[in-house]
Amino acid sequence: MPYETDYTNQGFSKVGTRVNRPDGVDKVTGRAKYGADANAAGQLVGRILRSPHAHALITKIDTSKAEKLPGVKAVLTGKDFPDLTGGDRGMMNILENCMARGRALYDGHAVAAVAAIDADTANEALKLIKVTYKQLPHVTDVDEAMKPSAPIIHDWVRTTGVTPAPTTASNVAQRTEFGHGDIDAGFAQADVIIEKSFKTEQTHQGYIEPHACLATLGPDGSGELWVTTQGHFTFRNVCASLLGLDVAKLRVTASEIGGGFGGKTHVWTEPVALQLSRRANRPVKLVMSRDEVFKATGPTSSTSVDVKIGAKRNGKITAASAELRYQSGAFPGMWAMLGAMTSFACYDLKNVKSVGFDVLVNRPKVAAYRAPSAPMAAFAVESVVDMVAAELGMDAVEFRIKNAAKKGTKASYGPVYGPIGIGPTLEAVKNHPHMKRKLGKNQGRGVACGFWFNFGGQTCTDLNIGVDGSVNLTVGTVDVGGSRASLALIAAEELGIDYEQVRVTIGDTNSLGHNDTTEGSRGTFSSGMAAIFAARDAVEVLKQRAAATWGIPVEQVVWEAGEARAKGKQNNNLPPLSLKEIAAKSPRTGGPIAGHNEVVADGAGVSFASHMCDVEVDPETGATKILRYTVVQDAGKAIHPDYVEGQFQGGAAQGIGWALNEEYVYGDDGRLQNAGFLDYRIPVCSDLPFIDTQILEIPNPNHPYGVRGVGETSIVPPLAAIGNAVSNAVGVRMDHVPMSPPRILKAIEAAQG
Amino acid sequence: MNGVTVSAKVNGDAVQYVCPPDESLLDVLRNRLNLTGVKEGCGTGDCGACSITLDGRLVCSCLVLGAEAEGREIGTVEGLSEGGKLHTLQEQFIEKAALQCGICTPGFLVAAKVLLERNSNPSEEEIRYALAGNLCRCTGYDKIVRAVQSSAKIMRRGKKASR
Repeated sequence: MPYETDYTNQGFSKVGTRVNRPDGVDKVTGRAKYGADANAAGQLVGRILRSPHAHALITKIDTSKAEKLPGVKAVLTGKDFPDLTGGDRGMMNILENCMARGRALYDGHAVAAVAAIDADTANEALKLIKVTYKQLPHVTDVDEAMKPSAPIIHDWVRTTGVTPAPTTASNVAQRTEFGHGDIDAGFAQADVIIEKSFKTEQTHQGYIEPHACLATLGPDGSGELWVTTQGHFTFRNVCASLLGLDVAKLRVTASEIGGGFGGKTHVWTEPVALQLSRRANRPVKLVMSRDEVFKATGPTSSTSVDVKIGAKRNGKITAASAELRYQSGAFPGMWAMLGAMTSFACYDLKNVKSVGFDVLVNRPKVAAYRAPSAPMAAFAVESVVDMVAAELGMDAVEFRIKNAAKKGTKASYGPVYGPIGIGPTLEAVKNHPHMKRKLGKNQGRGVACGFWFNFGGQTCTDLNIGVDGSVNLTVGTVDVGGSRASLALIAAEELGIDYEQVRVTIGDTNSLGHNDTTEGSRGTFSSGMAAIFAARDAVEVLKQRAAATWGIPVEQVVWEAGEARAKGKQNNNLPPLSLKEIAAKSPRTGGPIAGHNEVVADGAGVSFASHMCDVEVDPETGATKILRYTVVQDAGKAIHPDYVEGQFQGGAAQGIGWALNEEYVYGDDGRLQNAGFLDYRIPVCSDLPFIDTQILEIPNPNHPYGVRGVGETSIVPPLAAIGNAVSNAVGVRMDHVPMSPPRILKAIEAAQG
Repeated sequence: MNGVTVSAKVNGDAVQYVCPPDESLLDVLRNRLNLTGVKEGCGTGDCGACSITLDGRLVCSCLVLGAEAEGREIGTVEGLSEGGKLHTLQEQFIEKAALQCGICTPGFLVAAKVLLERNSNPSEEEIRYALAGNLCRCTGYDKIVRAVQSSAKIMRRGKKASR
């Protein structure tokens, strides 16, 4: 690699300041354009017909009446999506999720689509499509789906990761195992062993902006897609592949994104919208309703987890094991694997084993949700950690500190850690004023830790300097939480210019090379890294132009504080040239000045957080109020502290909703009972207190500024922190999330016998 | 379907539109009047992203029919700033980093404006309850409440100064 990526302990003048975000004015005036805010001349309205059944054969679809309705321009069913996957099962799963192929696999599975001149006509057309179903037995519970008697979701699924390889179909798509040492020997050394099972219910990312796109695809195979997405390059590749298009001929533009949290990393309706447009040869706008968002996009897994931890009287853990069963909806995923990998990542363990089972059920295809799979594993593990500490008579924070992973620890999922923040976050918790606040009647305090890997990935960035010295930075990662402000700070820092001189644009797929999806907390980490290198690339050009202007060798030119300076006594008569001055001369010194970078941003530093939470539980109603909540997390280096805090607070709030309220409720008929914000209740303003934050900065050695991703880890500890707090408040161990009022009352009543 | 002809005022300007009798005011604002700052998050009155004022009263425009706006005054996020000057709430939302993705921001701004018109010095609890009809999934509401608090303070100071 031609670049020096290692951390250098440099001082900063721009990075770390709390500047106003560049997209702020657009977003407070209503001018910012989101997925549903674009229109095209002659556009049609796209709508999708969805299965009302959890599992059914589609024996016949009669679209003839819908096609004859005046104003209907295209009607599609599964047969209108030929298999171009070349045997790639993963791609076929994506296609089949976008449009059923002979079988509906969950309540909400798309079975047909229409494009019509207006919404009324499109809705009328959906009613005229006659689908004949033959209902099949279904299963929606993860433990039920693993039983040999369960209805099989896909007859082609054979459990991977077991020997000998099975020859019959199963709903268990994958078994994965991580760990090291000898857990039997470890448990034999333990003075105390706690073993317990836990369940968590399915939740949705709950972004306020429903999925929306505007698709145009002509008979020449060239197309445009305007879409709310976390990864427009990935969407382009997937759509082109499924529809048989040249990647270069499909231009995808990411709209402003109204929240994603992982749910907008997957295509859902976009290939359908493009195919409708191709059929009608007119632009098609397809916007999901909230009901569709709940029924047919991105929930996270519901889970069932067993954890066993043994420890010596001195507080040292001797062995830890877990079995994690995660449902992935109607298509195979990797969710239990991630749960198994993250489960014990906070601790320094000699003997550890975690086994994950990815399980198919008749529910929507599971998508990533902020540190996907880690919160559920942390709920189980951190609950048992508290139970072991209590059994030993140790303070739960001290017990964690004693067992915390550190530099050199072999992680339970394989690698050996570099410098990490779990110990420091726990020390910060121990010393935090929050921990000294007195608790009253029916109140309890809980602490929990969390881990997330973080991701770097493919990144491509352009930096162009205008003749007036202002700078355009074009990146290919989507701005989901203020990254344009952070990236402008980084470019300004490198070039030594004012923050206000930099404008950051999210480039479309035809203006940059491939950029991986904005996931794994990678936006500011990876595009920041690429921006640093692109700026340094531009600085080389600036130095050459200065050298040419002065008529001296470029080796005698340095770049300092936003200007070229000529080094050496012989050059004392040469006054510095500012970026502005060099830019003004650029038409005569060689043309435009630009920097460019493409990089696989390896070395995303792992991230740790510790949370504290105080709750009060009403013993009459079982309702829980969050009294105080504090997040301590390692950011590596906080580029823009406001938006780092925002990530901490937002993740905590989502975790609070998950812990206390949010869950998918399925009826015995396999239908989702609460596909709306009224019955799927996410936290509102009056549910929460101010969420206190403390940013720690333990530099990531693999990033020039020491940056670690900060977006996801904050959702990992809350389930467990609140679980521990509620358990302490009511005196009963909570083992089922969400801890909704009825569940808490039931637990209290059960304990009273 | 026969359309209904409606005359109303939007952000102070007289407008006239024709809409089907069952079309929501949200759809009228977004699709007929091109005021796409008004957002649709749910269409059922549960998220507040489509918050507007109707004769000064805070409503979800997805729960109002376009035909019901006859002769009434509609206020949307697009009408908050005066000329080149942002409303204090708009400035403070930027200053206090009270938005991340920003999709809920127009609704929050309209709701907060109505609150501060009625109560120039709301407590934290009053702010939280006044904004409880607006969902935000990014921020945990912390910085939103702080932005409303600082706006109230600045606006009170402004009123005193102009007396």
